[in-house]
Amino acid sequence: MSALKESSHDQTTEGHAAHHGPSKGVYYAVFATLIVLTWVTSWIATVDLGPFNIYVALSIAVFKATMVLFFFMHVKYGTRLTKMIIMSGIYWLILLLFIVMMDFWTRNWMGVPGR
Amino acid sequence: MITATHPVETKKNYLNAEEGLKSWLLTSDHKRIAILYLISVTFFFALGGMYAALIRLELATPAGDLVESNVYNKFFTMHGVIMVFFFLIPSIPAVLGNFFLPMMIGAKDLAFPKINLLSWYIYMVGGVFTLYVLLSGGVDTGWTFYTPFSTSYSNGYVIAAGLGIFINGFSAILTGLNFIVTVHRMRAPGMTWFRMPLFVWAHYATSMIQILGTPVIAVTLFLLVLERGLHIGFFDPAYGGDPVLYQHLFWFYSHPAVYIMILPSMGVVTEIITTFCSKKPFGYTFIAFSSVAIAVFGFLVWGHHLFVSSQSIYAGLVFSVLSYIVAIPSAIKVFNWTATMYKGSVRLETPMLYAIGFIGLFTVGGLTGLFLASLGMNVHLTDTYFVIAHFHYVMVGGAIMGFMGGIHYWWPKMFGRMYSQVWSKVAAIIIFTGFNLTFFPQFILGYMGMPRRYHAYPAEWQVLNVLSSAGASILGLGYLIAIIYLLYSLKFGAIAPPNPWGATTLEWMTDSPPIAENFEVTPVITQEVYTYSAEEVLHVV
Amino acid sequence: MSSPAAAANVRHHFENAEQQKDASTIGMWIFLVTELMFFGGLFMAYFVYRQAYPDAFASASNKTDLLIGAFNTTVLICSSLTMALAVNAAAVGKKALLIMFLVATLLLGSAFLGVKTYEYHDKWVHHEIPGQHFECEGCKDSGHASLFFSLYFAMTGLHASHMIIGAGYLIFLIIQAKKGKFTPAWHTPVEMFGLYWHFIDIVWIFLFPLLYLIDRVHK
Repeated sequence: MSALKESSHDQTTEGHAAHHGPSKGVYYAVFATLIVLTWVTSWIATVDLGPFNIYVALSIAVFKATMVLFFFMHVKYGTRLTKMIIMSGIYWLILLLFIVMMDFWTRNWMGVPGR
Repeated sequence: MITATHPVETKKNYLNAEEGLKSWLLTSDHKRIAILYLISVTFFFALGGMYAALIRLELATPAGDLVESNVYNKFFTMHGVIMVFFFLIPSIPAVLGNFFLPMMIGAKDLAFPKINLLSWYIYMVGGVFTLYVLLSGGVDTGWTFYTPFSTSYSNGYVIAAGLGIFINGFSAILTGLNFIVTVHRMRAPGMTWFRMPLFVWAHYATSMIQILGTPVIAVTLFLLVLERGLHIGFFDPAYGGDPVLYQHLFWFYSHPAVYIMILPSMGVVTEIITTFCSKKPFGYTFIAFSSVAIAVFGFLVWGHHLFVSSQSIYAGLVFSVLSYIVAIPSAIKVFNWTATMYKGSVRLETPMLYAIGFIGLFTVGGLTGLFLASLGMNVHLTDTYFVIAHFHYVMVGGAIMGFMGGIHYWWPKMFGRMYSQVWSKVAAIIIFTGFNLTFFPQFILGYMGMPRRYHAYPAEWQVLNVLSSAGASILGLGYLIAIIYLLYSLKFGAIAPPNPWGATTLEWMTDSPPIAENFEVTPVITQEVYTYSAEEVLHVV
Repeated sequence: MSSPAAAANVRHHFENAEQQKDASTIGMWIFLVTELMFFGGLFMAYFVYRQAYPDAFASASNKTDLLIGAFNTTVLICSSLTMALAVNAAAVGKKALLIMFLVATLLLGSAFLGVKTYEYHDKWVHHEIPGQHFECEGCKDSGHASLFFSLYFAMTGLHASHMIIGAGYLIFLIIQAKKGKFTPAWHTPVEMFGLYWHFIDIVWIFLFPLLYLIDRVHK
């Protein structure tokens, strides 16, 4: 993916706004990957991987989302601040999911109803 | 609203730059929007206060003789909903923050002035829903809307109330979004992050909570409305749903919401204390980062509201420990304020009275919070008046004292008039006294086991309840006096100089009231914040 | 520094076009974070109940049509591509191309919504709408299957409502583009809308495996 190089100039200050996106070639490459992965994930769902089906499906989804985020949404070429905002959003989402699940995972460990 | 005929006001400022109702309703000036918010939150404060008065009136006697239990349920629900969502959360950010955050960093306006106006309209639409609920018969679930009562059994207008809060949430989100972008992009030349007044830091942290927390309660209420309206199950055990999940989602926002109320107040108090001690605040960076730390840690502790639900005891343990941790940044702030006052030339002007009151009351509120954070103690105290007293010490003693202090501190800047120094001090002392008389007996009542949300109680608790009701009327009197002399000052008050208190932050470096674009020329900041020279200290009125 | 066309679009409280553009970008990303948390509450409910009732979720999920789901995902990704190309066209000032890609995005988005409507209708016919007449033929643990469908409709419904709002704004953008409002120096609305549209795409990228792809093996 040599097309990426031309616009991946380093931006250290958050004040610099002139981020141009990737070239059209990158868009088409990302698009092709997304389409292929969509059909791959649909096909893999019908293959018995035991408990791993869900992990494979989610990994593919995370990869696809990252592609959209990095290239379609220009995050790869964006400022540090943009990346920080996104990371904090994801961090807080994980916080919500993980801490609530912490409750549901440890329910009934004591064998006392409602504890 | 302000007279424009007075001779001194011939100079153009934001109040008389344009005239007519339309120029107010379609304004994009952050200062005017702040005034719109001030009028609306005061209205809702009075409304919520009226319900508080009715509650205390009912509780003056042990028998439930004034109203039926069902009506009483509606009283405390409306009190909670109005005070939390329509007064406390918007009060300081949307009024004082809106007005002074851009000025403090030397900006002409917030980054998105139209979105700022939109947020006020959204707030008003949410308010209309609440007024509709109130007029059509109320809602009786308590401000927490716990399922399955709210979805399956309540006779009140749960859907309208839920939608009102849902809509109102977007107003808070937009305000927070605006503040964060403004702090990042609108600072004047030379205004580095560590030259920002601590009020701005506090609002930055508050905005983080608003942005990250509010959407979660929005979607939770959305599910609640769907469940009640369409009779489908998300939280209803009849469909295999889990009501505790509702409580998790609700408190994921509503616990941090407490910090939405208290953090801006802490910012106000920091400004007041540094000004009236004419001294750099002790430990600037500690105060700044403790605001951010409170915002972050505040998201990790919500489970302490669920200790007596069927939440796992192990999760309870973790939440209990984490709740203790959030006391650390709060304590850092209290220590820093007292250290700032130590050996400072403390001037006991009205705003300073409120700030000192805040420190004391917030400390009591915070320390009793530790009682409630400990698992064993909590089982005894859950849903008693101890909890009521605790959070009123934080919200009224903390957030509203800060709001009152801020209003008195910046009133000369907002309207260009001084209020009566005597009456304002009298009112501050009455409010402080009335507040303590109202809520301190409730600690004792709660410890003795008086449950919240009941309209009748055993006769042996009457003395303490009468004390509390008496305190409430004193508190109400204090607010009434404040409203009267503040309104009086608008027309008859002495003309305020640009910097009556000898403060150093940017908003005092322009006219009182400020011109429409805040500053004649964009200020360039060349020195650290809170630099008090000897000369400035002498300028004190 | 900035062209006259750009300067005309700088509002009075900004110093220059760059500051204004930056503010919009940061604002948009923060808005998307709030959207993330908004959908996050639904994902939360989904995970809790999927863990509690795996059988009900698996058999209810098999009621969705895998092929239609995959097809619709493809449509949405196509619309994301055209949107990205629209932003690109705006940035280089190709007006005709910009309008073409915006229209294509609108059409693809509408196609997605059309397929979604067909799916909803199908559920309606099969009584798979939670409520009084709910039934889930051949479902294991069908009592809890309604929980899956409640979440299915809440999540896809919320997603679809975002698409509808987006489609409305797209029409506005197309009109603006026809009037020639967007220049290489100032096309912020197109860019910001692009971010929104891609975000909706990302939400769907997660909804697809979570709603359509549970345990397709052991029907």
